This record gives sequence, structure tokens and C-alpha cells, in this order.
Amino acid sequence: MTESSHISVRNLSVHFVLGRQLFGKPPVVRAVDEVSLEIPKGSFFGLVGESGSGKTTLGRAILRAAPITSGQILYRDDEVEYDLSNIAKEQLKDYRQRAQLIFQDPYAALSPRMTVRDIIAEPLEVMGITNTRAETDDRVREIASKCRLNLEHLRRFPHAFSGGQRQRISIARALVCSPRFVVADESVAALDVSIQADILNLLESLRGELMNTFLFISHDLRVVAHICDTVAVMYLGTLVESAPTRSLFSNPSHPYTKALLSAIPSLDPDVRGKAQKLEGEIPSPVTPPSGCKFHTRCSLAEERCRSEAPLWRELSEGHSVACHFA
Amino acid sequence: MTLLTVENLDLKFDTDEGRITAVDNVSFELNSGEVLGLVGESGSGKSVTAKSLMHLNPSNAVYGAGSEIYLELERDVVDVLSLKSSRELKIVRGGAISMIFQEPMASFAPAITIGAQMVEQLLIHSSLSKKEAAELSVEMLDRVGISEARHRFYQYAFELSGGMRQRAMIAMALSTKPKVLIADEPTTALDVTIQAQVLDLMKELVAEFGMAILFITHDLSVIAQTADRVAVMYLGRILETGTVRQVIQTPAHPYTQGLLNSLPKLDALDEPLTPIAGDIPSPLERPPGCVFHTRCPKAKPGVCDQSIPDLFPIDSGHTAACFALTQEWSDIDQKRTA
Repeated sequence: MTESSHISVRNLSVHFVLGRQLFGKPPVVRAVDEVSLEIPKGSFFGLVGESGSGKTTLGRAILRAAPITSGQILYRDDEVEYDLSNIAKEQLKDYRQRAQLIFQDPYAALSPRMTVRDIIAEPLEVMGITNTRAETDDRVREIASKCRLNLEHLRRFPHAFSGGQRQRISIARALVCSPRFVVADESVAALDVSIQADILNLLESLRGELMNTFLFISHDLRVVAHICDTVAVMYLGTLVESAPTRSLFSNPSHPYTKALLSAIPSLDPDVRGKAQKLEGEIPSPVTPPSGCKFHTRCSLAEERCRSEAPLWRELSEGHSVACHFA
Repeated sequence: MTLLTVENLDLKFDTDEGRITAVDNVSFELNSGEVLGLVGESGSGKSVTAKSLMHLNPSNAVYGAGSEIYLELERDVVDVLSLKSSRELKIVRGGAISMIFQEPMASFAPAITIGAQMVEQLLIHSSLSKKEAAELSVEMLDRVGISEARHRFYQYAFELSGGMRQRAMIAMALSTKPKVLIADEPTTALDVTIQAQVLDLMKELVAEFGMAILFITHDLSVIAQTADRVAVMYLGRILETGTVRQVIQTPAHPYTQGLLNSLPKLDALDEPLTPIAGDIPSPLERPPGCVFHTRCPKAKPGVCDQSIPDLFPIDSGHTAACFALTQEWSDIDQKRTA
């Protein structure tokens, strides 16, 4: 683990066993398979991939909300250091204060029967961070104004709010216990574009103010390009490429990253249909292809790709890729 | 040739909290072989507009007195809003007009095979025999790029992947050879790589079948890639129309400009995102005057909150409903500075 890492993931695998079988071993979903990555302190780390690529499971494993099959996750801030794959109950309780999650759907994430004040205050009360009601109210008011929520809104119920306001409420709830590390899982995917821009700007300003580290999970490369410093691309449970944002978008090295980038529809009507199209669909994670997992859809694939998994290697400073041809 | 004409469409819903305006004086035309994009955020009334073309809105929908929807077929002109019995409605529900929905898993019946559902609608809308309908269905599945079509014909929706389901949906919608296809956010639930495949397929099929498509989406870049003409909707009104180049490259309405500015762009990573100020008003608190004035950077008190702007011509085929584009606007400016 390097000095500047906040989270360090080493050879992490998360496997889910599907049901039971009378004979032989039951099928196993390899949701995350031998992933290693470093999330630097204070960074905005983007994790992209199609549905079924394992990005959410990886995020949840880091939060200790998914079981770790093998491998290691290390957490370090200036006060504590935890080995999350082997953590005591008391430490885990403390870790829950330090790491928080912002959900995707602001309509499903807020209880309709609690006022906004109670929703934001709940983590403080549950974790016993504040002792008196007055103290709780102070914290709630402080974070609410940081998230640009009107203070008179605190007495209302979630149904009175639009999607953008609700997402600001769920961000306030995630940040009220001053976490050092925040996972935002598709936090703008359910929002309209005009509101999405507003929430992205809010996250950016909060990060400057609170100095947290963010893991931003998204399928939308345009959003990730705008907000993240570093981006990692996942495919079928493995990392295929990771690089500083600019380097990834100007010089994608893995064929999958290239295909993802060119599949983004252009806003210019004059550049229609010039995309390099990816054939087929993502294979099942129960029976992933042998060798390089991407070879079934890759235009460069050769015999070697079918048998031999490519190694993760560094191309240039901070830019790593897993492909035989990169 | 004009296939579909919508004139002064006005639609309100009776709810417990009062009468809510969903569509307000919307007019547009759809020509054969053309893709018309309908863009707007959630709550803008784009899906409700599309559903009224098939007379599919729930029973608490109240159409305004002047609302008219005409469908011009070879033999006669159908007045859609006057259709009542299910026999009459057949023509706009799967006959001459078909629809593709956003979430294909929710639109296929889960306990009936894909094939049986395709055959059923063909039996309703054509004079084919059951065997011919099955043949045609397999052929259509094959046509939209589903491998082993004959095998898929006997499968259930849950056995197909998301992209495959949306292809099957398209095959089903096109097998009755509709004149108009309504595509309501057909790629929103799909991954980008699959979205690119489905958009390509739709473009190919328009060229092949020569039908008109009403393409509903909230994603301006999907519109840029598919549509010929665009209408931008906000709170039930059309604020701007024009060709896709006019609207996206030279947007005239402050709302369209705001939408484009709030999009993250890959070729301008350093530019800050500029969201549109404020939130969409609740339909119960519909703003008077121009519906957008509460969030508009150009809005002038006394003008925009008083009367409703008409669609103002800017260029051939390009119109926008904004007072700032009219001559009177600059007159007001001069008067105020004087």
C-alpha cells in the first residue's frame, strides 16, 4: 500500500454461489475476479463498465456490504488503518462512519414516512455521534446548507420534493457523519440532464470543502470524464484499463475501452454512424470466456487471447492495461 | 407526404388534487420516411403526447375541445380521437401505429412465449393464418439480428438479455408493417454498446420499411444521431422545433440552450457544467405566461409571466416560442434604458 492510497484493493474476488445442486459443484458467479486497484487520498475515482461488469459489487465489497471471497482490501486515513477483509466487529462499526454510500434512485432511497430532518439525522442517532437533540440539529442544518437545501424544507416529507432535491437530501444523509470515503453508485443516472449537472457540480464543491475521497460508479462515460481524476474500466469482473482521465480519453489502449468510447452517441448530427461497433453482448459471468474475457467480442482477438489471460501492466505513469496487444 | 397531423392537442388529467395540464396546445406533423425526435425532461408530456396518438391514455384524461389528431392512410383519413370501440381502435393500436417501450421486460408478458405474443398480434391485425404468422414472426426475429430465431421464438422474455429483448420488441412492432412507429425511450435502459447496435438497426429499418418514427428521448445526443426533425417539450408545451442541425447547432430557445449547456461533453472536459437554474415546477403549480419563465435567465417580469409566446419563425422550418426573439423584445429594452 503506497503512502497516498486511501483504499488499496489486492487480488480481490467476490463470488456468489447460485443455489445448490444434487451432484457436483453449484454454479458460481464470478462478480469480481482478481481485481487490484489503488484509490488515492482525496481523489475522485471513476469506475465504469456495462451492466454485469461487477462495478457495483466491487464498490459494495469495499464498503463491506458484499462478502469477500479472497484477496485483501486495506483502508487507511490519517487516524486508522483497517484490513477490511479481516476486521473486528468494533472496528467495522467505526469504519461505517468513515465510509458511506450514496444510492442511485432518490425516489427509492428515502423513507416516505420520515421528515427530511429525521432522514438526515438518522445516521447521527444510530451511530451515537451526537448526544443531544440540539447538537444533532446543528449538524443537520450545517450539512443541509452545504448541500444547498433550504432549511425550511427540513420539516417536510420527501414526497414534496423533485428528483434533484431528493438526491441532495440523500447526499446530505450520506455526508452528515463526516465520512472520509464515499461511494456514489450511479448517483446521477436517474436524474434529468439539467439536474444531473447541478448534482455533479454539488459533488465537486463538496469534495473541495470536505476533502473526502470519492469512488464514483457509473455507466456514463461523459459524466465520469467530467468529474473524475482517475478512471478504471471493468469488464466481466476484471479491470481492463485504468488511467488518469485525460490519458484514458485521449489515448484509450484496450479495445474494449475504445469501443465504449466510440459507442457514445455524438452530439454532432454530421458525424453519424462512424462508431466502431461492438458485436454481441456481455457473456454470462457464470461461464466467463477462457483466456482474455473480452476475446469473444474483440476485433483483435487471436489464438493466444483464447488461452492466455493478459497480464496487468503499466504502459506509462499511472496508465495500466490488460491486453496482449496494447 | 403527411402521415400524421396533431393539431392543438390539449390534454388534462383529473386527479384528486385537481385538474393537471399534461399537454398544452401541441401541434406537429409527421411525414412518411421521417424520424421526428421529441425531447424533454421527465414530466414534459412527451410520453403522454405519444400515447394520445394511440388513444392509450387512462380514463381520467380529458382532451381539450380543439384537439385533433388525424392519421392519413391510403384509403381514408382516421380521426383518432373520435375512435371509441376496440374494433375501431385496432387501427391505431398495433395496426397503422406501433409502439416500442422503454423497458422491454415490463412490456412482454412473462408467462407467454415471445413467439406466441408475436403471433397473437399478427392474428389480430392481419388476415394471416396461424402458420403464416409464425413464419413471418421468425423471419422478423431473424431480420432484427437475433441469432437462432426459430429457437428464440419458443423462449420466454426472461431468457433473453436486455438488448435481445429490445430487438424482439422491435421485431414484434414491425411485423404488422405499421406506417408510424412510436419509440418511447427505446435505448434508455440499454448499455451504450447495445444502444449503438439498436440505433443502427432502427435506422436500417426506417430505410427499408419507409415508415415514420416518433422518437421520444431525454438524450439530445441520441436525437442527434437518429432524428431528422426535433421538437423540444417542456411542461406540456413545444418550445422549439426545427431540423436536427438547426436545433442542436443553433438552438434559439433559452431552454434548449440550457439543456445543451448542462450536457457533459467529451471534447470540452475543462468547461464547467451549467445546470438550468431551479427545479421543474410541480404540475399543480403551473407557471402563468411562458411555462419556462421561472427558470429562464432572460425572463422579463411583466412580459414573460403575463402572456404565452407563440412559436416564432427563425429560419425555414425552425421555430421557437420565446418573446426574446421578437421585435417587441428589443423595443422593451430600448424603452427601459431610455
